[in-house]
Amino acid sequence: MEKLEILADAAKYDVSCSSSGSKRNNKDKGLGDSKGYGICHAFTEDGRCVSLLKILLTNHCIFDCAYCVSRKSNHVKRAAFTVEEVVDVTINFYRRNYIEGLFLSSGIFDSPDYTMERLVRIAKKLRIDHNFNGYIHLKAIPGASDELMKEAGLYADRLSVNVEMPTEQSLKLLAPEKKHIDVIKPMEYLKKEIIGYREEKSLNKKAPVFAPAGQSTQMVIGATKETDMEILGMADYFYQQMNMKRVYYSGYVPISNDGRLPMIGTPVPIIRENRLYQADWLIRFYGFKVNEIVGFDQPHLDLDIDPKLGWALRNLDQFPVDINTATLEMIKRIPGIGHQNAKKIVAARKFNRLLPEHLQKMGIAYNRAKYFLAVPHPFSIQKDFTSVQIKHQILSLQNSKYKSDFSSQLALF
Amino acid sequence: MIYDGTYQGWLTAIFDSYDHKLNEVCFLKEKTASIPLFATPHYVITDEIKATRVMKGLKQRLSAEGLKNLYNIYLSEEEKSEEMMWRFVKYVFECKDNIEQNFSNSAVWDVKKLAKKVKREAHRMEAFVRFKLTKDHLFYAIIEPDHNVLPLIEGHFKGRYADQRWLIYDARRKYGIYYDLETVTTVELEFKLGAGSAKAIAEICDEREEFFQELWRRYFSSVNIKARKNMRLHIQHMPKRYWKHLPEKMPEN
Ligand code: SF4
Repeated sequence: MEKLEILADAAKYDVSCSSSGSKRNNKDKGLGDSKGYGICHAFTEDGRCVSLLKILLTNHCIFDCAYCVSRKSNHVKRAAFTVEEVVDVTINFYRRNYIEGLFLSSGIFDSPDYTMERLVRIAKKLRIDHNFNGYIHLKAIPGASDELMKEAGLYADRLSVNVEMPTEQSLKLLAPEKKHIDVIKPMEYLKKEIIGYREEKSLNKKAPVFAPAGQSTQMVIGATKETDMEILGMADYFYQQMNMKRVYYSGYVPISNDGRLPMIGTPVPIIRENRLYQADWLIRFYGFKVNEIVGFDQPHLDLDIDPKLGWALRNLDQFPVDINTATLEMIKRIPGIGHQNAKKIVAARKFNRLLPEHLQKMGIAYNRAKYFLAVPHPFSIQKDFTSVQIKHQILSLQNSKYKSDFSSQLALF
Repeated sequence: MIYDGTYQGWLTAIFDSYDHKLNEVCFLKEKTASIPLFATPHYVITDEIKATRVMKGLKQRLSAEGLKNLYNIYLSEEEKSEEMMWRFVKYVFECKDNIEQNFSNSAVWDVKKLAKKVKREAHRMEAFVRFKLTKDHLFYAIIEPDHNVLPLIEGHFKGRYADQRWLIYDARRKYGIYYDLETVTTVELEFKLGAGSAKAIAEICDEREEFFQELWRRYFSSVNIKARKNMRLHIQHMPKRYWKHLPEKMPEN
C-alpha cells in the first residue's frame, strides 16, 4: 500500500489525465471498453478529475532534473512496482468502476530501454492476457529504441513524451543532462507511425491500430521565465508540426530549494495556467490564431480577464455583431457565447428573429455578451462604451459573483 | 388524467387527451393521486395500441434525440415534468415541421434543459457507481440518484463489464438491474439496512474487497496536490449527496 502512495504521489504532477479520443469496443465478452469520451470517476480536493490510475512504475531515476520530485539528488523514499502488481491493481480498480484505465509513467532506472521494456510488458499483459479494453496511456521514455516505441503504440491508446520546459535554454538550465532533441525525436517518430498506421487502417479495416488517441505532451509553467507568447508559440508548433492531440500546461508546484527555481512557498500560478488552457482552447476550437491572442506588444495573457474577452476589447471595431445575420464563426467570438450556444443561435434564428430575452432563456451569459451585440430592440439605446468601461463593468459583475475566490476554475466559456 | 405511472401509460393519457379534445389537463400517478378540487378525473387504462399510435406520431415529427429527451423528462420524476411533456407534445403536434431547434420557444427550451439535467446525472452515475465484490463473485453497487436513471445507464455497464456478474441497486426507488453474463434484467429487492457497514462487508464480501477499497482511498488522497486545494470546485464536480456511496469519501474504518 505504501508503494502505491509513493508512486502515485510522484506521478501526480503530470497533469494529463484525459481518457478521451480512443474508441475501443469490448470484444469477445472481455473486460472494459473505451467510449471515445472520457469519464471522470472522481475529483480530487484540488478539483482535478481522476479518470485513470496514474502511477510511476518506479521513482528510482538516474537523472537529476531540477523540477522533478524523483530526481536523483532528492531525498525521497524510493519504490518500484513489479509488472504483475501494476496489472493486478489496474484490473481490480477497473472492475470496481474506480477508473477508466491506466496512465503509466516511470523514472528511468538503469537505461531507457530497460524501463520502456517494462512499461510495454504491462500494457501487453493487460491487452492479451486479460482481454482488457480500457484506456492505456504510456509515457514514452526518451532514448528508448524505435522497436520498443513501436510495440508500445500497438498496445497503448496514447503515448506522450513530455517536453517539460518550453525552450531549449530552460531545459539546459534545469536539466543539463537532457537535450531538446531527445524529446523531439521520439515525437517525430510517433507522428510518423501514427499517420502511417492510420492510412493503412483506412485501406484495410483489419490493420492494427497504433496509439489511436494520438500523442500528447506537457509543459511546466512558471518554473522559468518564458512568456505566454513563447509557450503558446511552442504549443502551436506541436499542434501543427507534430499532430499533437493535446498540450498540457502544468503550473509549477515548488518542491525544492534550488537557486534556479522559484522558492518553496511561491504560489502555484493557477490563474495563469487557466488562462493558457483558455487560449489553447480558443486556438483549437474557435479558429483563433496565436498572434491574435498574444503578440510582441503584449507577450502575456491578461490575468484578470479571459483571452476571448481580451481579444474582443482590443478589437471593438469588429463589434457589435448582429446574431440574426452574423456567421457562426463570428458569433463564436462574442464574449459570453460559447461554441454550443453559438450553434444553437444559428439553429434557432431560422424560426424567428432572436431577441435578448431569448438569449437569456438559452442560458447565454447575456450580461457579458450585451456589450458586443447589435440589439434589434427599438427602445434600447446602443451606448458607445470604451473598452476600459466595458472591462470595468464586466469585472464588477464577475467580482460580485465570485467574490470569495477569483478562481482557478477552468471556465471554458 | 390518472395513469399508472409508466411511460406507456403516459402516452395513453396523451391519446385520451386528444381523443376527448381536452386542452387543460394535469397528470397524476395512481399511487400518489389526490384529485385537485374542481377537476374531473379521467382514469387512463394503459393501452399498447394507443400508446404506439402516439409514439408513431412523435417519431414522425421528432429526431431520435428529441424522442429520447422526452423519455428523459419522464425519468426525471420531477413534479411538473408531465405538464412540461404535455406542453411540448402539444406544440410538436401543432406544427408540421420539426420544432426541436426552436430554442426561443419555452416549451422546447424547458424540455431541453430538464433532459440535460437527467442526462448529466446518468453520466455521473456512470462515473460514480462503485462496485463491491461479494464472496460468490457478484459485483454490486448501491446508488441513490435524484432521477430514475437506471434505464439510461444499463447499456453502458453491459458493454463495459461483459465478463463479470453485476447488480446496480437504486436504494431510493427500491429496484435494481442485474446482469448474469447474458442479459440485464430488472429486479426488485429489499436491501437490508446497514448493508454497507464494515461488518456486513466482511461477511459477504470477497477477502480482498476491503484491501482494494483501502488502496483506492489511499490512492485518492495521495494524488491530491495540497498547494492547489479548491473545495468549491471539488464539491461542484462531486456533489455531497453522492458521497455516501463513494468509498473514497468514506471515513476509514
Ligand atoms: S528523467 Fe524524468 S523522472 Fe528522472 S529526474 Fe528527469 S523528469 Fe524526473
